[in-house]
Amino acid sequence: MDTLIAWILRAIPFGTIIMYGALGEIVTEKTGNLNLGVPGIMYLGGFAGFASAYLYENSVAAPNMFLCVILSLVCAFIASMIGGLIYSFLTITLRANQNVTGLALTTFGMGVANFFGVFILDGRTATQSLVYKTFQTKIPVLSQLGTIGQTVFGYGFMVYAAIILAIVLHHILSHTRIGLNLRAIGENPATADAAGISVTRYKYLATCLGAGISGLGGLYYVLDYNQGIWATTGQIEALGWLALALVIFTTWKPLNAIWGSYLFGTLYWLYQFLPTLMGFSVPGYITDLIQMVPYLVTIAVLIVTSLRKKREDQPPASLGLAYFREER
Amino acid sequence: MEYAIELRHITKTFGSVVANHDVSLDVRKGEILSLLGENGSGKTTLMNMIAGIYYPDSGEIIVDGKLVEIRSPKDAYALGIGMVHQHFKLIDVFTAAENIALVLDKQEKYNLKDIKAKAQQICERYSFDIDLEQKVYEMSVSQKQTLEIIKMLYRGAQLLILDEPTAVLTPQETEKLFAVMRNMRADGKSIIIITHKLHEVLSISDRVAILRKGEYAGTIDTAAADEASLTELMVGKKVELNIEREAPVNPHLRLNVHNLTITNAEGIKVLDQVSFEAFSGEILGIAGISGNGQKELLEAIAGLQHPEKDSSIVYYPDDDRDSTAEQLIGKSPKNIRDMGIHLSFVPEDRLGMGLVGSMGMIDNMMLKTYSEGHSPLVDRKGPRYLAEEIKDELGVVTPSISTPVSRLSGGNVQKVLVGREIAAAPSVLMTAYAVRGLDINTSYTIYHLLNEQKKSGVAIIYVGEDLDVLIDLCDRILILCGGKCNGIVDARKTNKEEVGLLMTRLAGKQEGGVA
Repeated sequence: MDTLIAWILRAIPFGTIIMYGALGEIVTEKTGNLNLGVPGIMYLGGFAGFASAYLYENSVAAPNMFLCVILSLVCAFIASMIGGLIYSFLTITLRANQNVTGLALTTFGMGVANFFGVFILDGRTATQSLVYKTFQTKIPVLSQLGTIGQTVFGYGFMVYAAIILAIVLHHILSHTRIGLNLRAIGENPATADAAGISVTRYKYLATCLGAGISGLGGLYYVLDYNQGIWATTGQIEALGWLALALVIFTTWKPLNAIWGSYLFGTLYWLYQFLPTLMGFSVPGYITDLIQMVPYLVTIAVLIVTSLRKKREDQPPASLGLAYFREER
Repeated sequence: MEYAIELRHITKTFGSVVANHDVSLDVRKGEILSLLGENGSGKTTLMNMIAGIYYPDSGEIIVDGKLVEIRSPKDAYALGIGMVHQHFKLIDVFTAAENIALVLDKQEKYNLKDIKAKAQQICERYSFDIDLEQKVYEMSVSQKQTLEIIKMLYRGAQLLILDEPTAVLTPQETEKLFAVMRNMRADGKSIIIITHKLHEVLSISDRVAILRKGEYAGTIDTAAADEASLTELMVGKKVELNIEREAPVNPHLRLNVHNLTITNAEGIKVLDQVSFEAFSGEILGIAGISGNGQKELLEAIAGLQHPEKDSSIVYYPDDDRDSTAEQLIGKSPKNIRDMGIHLSFVPEDRLGMGLVGSMGMIDNMMLKTYSEGHSPLVDRKGPRYLAEEIKDELGVVTPSISTPVSRLSGGNVQKVLVGREIAAAPSVLMTAYAVRGLDINTSYTIYHLLNEQKKSGVAIIYVGEDLDVLIDLCDRILILCGGKCNGIVDARKTNKEEVGLLMTRLAGKQEGGVA
C-alpha cells in the first residue's frame, strides 16, 4: 500500500510537468503549427523561472516569497513566449519548414539555458532557489486527511492549476468563437481566411501563448519537482519529447491530457515501483527499457486511432503546412 | 426596372492574359440569370469580382443603384452578395451549424443554439433538406452545396452566385436544387447561375447572359432562346487562324480503341464505350467541355487507368499489319512509353504531371532517361544537350537550364514539357490543353511543332478547348460528352455550331432530360 501511495506521489507531479508541455502544444497545433521546439521552450521556461527567483532571493535582504512565485511565473512565461515568437516568425511569416525550425528551436533553447546557467552555477554543480518551498506548499487541512488527503491534496498549487487550465482550454476550444476560429485555421486555413478570420494573427497568438504554457512545465520541473535545484536539467529535454508524445496520445483534446499525463507518469515510474510491488528485482539496464513504455503506449494510440479512422481523433488537417493565400 | 446589380465596363487582366474585357451586364431583382460561356470565357473571374475575390482593373459595379467598391468577401457580404464556389469552403470536422457560425459577424454573440434555430427557419422557408448537427465529412456533395447556400442566406445574401452548381450533382439532385432556386426567386432573391449545360439554362433561368473569350456577347430572354441560338452566341462566328494544315500523307492505322469504358472511384462511368481509330500522319482532335472524359481517355492509352472488361486498345507499331499489333490494356506505363506512345499531358496544374517543379530543365529531361545506359552513374550530357536544344528552338525564357522550372512562367513550362515529349521521337503523341494560358505566338510555335510531327508520320491526339483551333488544326475531331463519344467529324467540313451542339446537347438527353 505504501509503495502504491509513493508511486502516485511520484506519478502526479511528473505528469504535471508534461501536462503543461502538452497543453501548450495542443493550443499551438490546433492552429496547424507543429512546434517540435517544446523541449527547448520548456528548457527556456525552466531556466528563466529559476534564474529570476534565484537572483531575486539573492539580491533582496528579506525576499517576499509570494512575489518571488509571481516573478518566476511571469519570467518563465515571457521567456517561453519569446521562443514561440521566434518559431512563429520563421514558420508563419517566412514560411520556413516547421519541423526543421522546431528541432532547431529545441537545440537553441537548451543551448541558451545552459549557457546562462553557467553564470548561475558559478563553478558549483548545483544551486538552489528557496522559493520551491512556496511552490510545494500543500493544501492545508485537506492534505492531512489520511491516504486520500495525501494523494489527492498533497501537491503544490501548480498541479491543480494545470487541471484548471486543461478545463479552461477545453471550454475555450469547444464553446467559444475564438476556439471555433482557432480550430478552423488548423483544419483549413483557406476556408478560415475566406470567412474573414485573420489566419496570421491567430497563428501567432496561439503559438506564442502555447509556448508560454509549455514553458511553465519547465518551471514546474525546476522549482517544484526538482526542489528548486538547477541541476540534472538534461531531464527537461526528455520530458519535452514525452509532452509531444502526450499531445498525440490525447488526440488533441485538453481534457484527455489530464488523465493521460498521470498515466504517462505512472508508466514512467513503473520500473521503480512495480518490481517492489510484485516482490522481485530487475537489473539496471532493464529500467531504461521500461521507461519506454509511455512511447509504446503512444504508438499503440496512433495505431488504434489510424485504424478507427474517426475524423475527430485525427490531427488538425493542415498540421505542419505553411499557409499561402491563393493568388493568380 | 429595379436592378440587384449592374456591371459597367469591367476589365480584368492577369499578367498578359485578358480574363474580362469591357463587360457590362445587369441582374434584375427577383430573377434567375444564367451566365453562359465556354471554358475560359471568363465567367468565374467576372463573378469573383462581384464576390470580392478579385478587384477589377477598371469599370464600375453598382448595387441597388449605388456605386460600390468590393475589395474583399466581407464587403460583398455586407452588400448582400454571396457566392457558392465550385470548391466548397467548409471545414470537414465541423458540424453544419459550426460552419455557419464561422462566417457570422464577429459582433454577433456566439450561441450555437440560436444559430441553429435561425438556420432551421431558413431551411423551412426554402425547403432545404439538411441536418444541422451533421458533420460535413459525412455529407454528400449535394448536402455540402446546400450548406453553402444556407450559409450565404444566413448572412443575408440578396444576390446569390452559384458557380457551376450542377456539375457535381445527379439529375435528381439538380431538380431539387432548381426547386429551391425557384423558391428563392419567389422570395425576391436574385440568382446568377454559371453553367454551360444548355438544357439547364433553358429550364431554370429567366434571362441568359453570354460571355465569349472574356467579352460580353449579349443577354437574351430565355423564352426567346433555343439551343441552336444559344450555341451560336456562345461559340461566335468562325475566326480564321491561318494555321497550316496539309492532308495526311500515307496514313496507316496506329491505334484502335474499342469499347473503352472506365469507372471512377465513385462508381461513375467517366468513359462509356468509346471507340475510335487514330492514324499515322494525322491529328485527331478531341473536343468537349472539360471534365467529360478527356483526361481519362489519354491516361487509359498511356496505361494510367484501369479500363473495364471488354475495353480494348490495340496499337499497330508497324503500319496496320495485324501480325505485330499489341494490346495495350494490362501493360505498364513504362512498357507503353517504350513502345513509342507518349503522353505530354498539360493539365490545369502544369507541374502536377510530367515535370518536377524544384528541378531544372536538365534534371527534368533526365526523368525520362535515367534508366538508360549501363554505367552506375547517370548520363548528364545527353539531357544537357537536349535542354539546350529545347531552350533555343522553342525560345524558352529562363535564366539558365538549371533554374527550377517552377520559377518559369506557365507558357515556358509548357514548352519544356511538350519539347521533351517530342524529342523522344514518339509514334503516338498525346497532348492535352497544350496551349492553355499561352500567348498567340507561343501557341503557333506549338501548332507548328505538332504539324512537323504529323508530317514525320506521328499519330497525334490533340485535346483542345478552343473550337477555332480544333477545326483549323486537326484532320478529324472526336467529340466527347458525358464520357460518351458524340461523334467524329471531318474538321475540314464541319463548323463551330455543329461541334458546339455535339459538345452540349446530347448530354442533356442522356442525363434523363432535366429540361
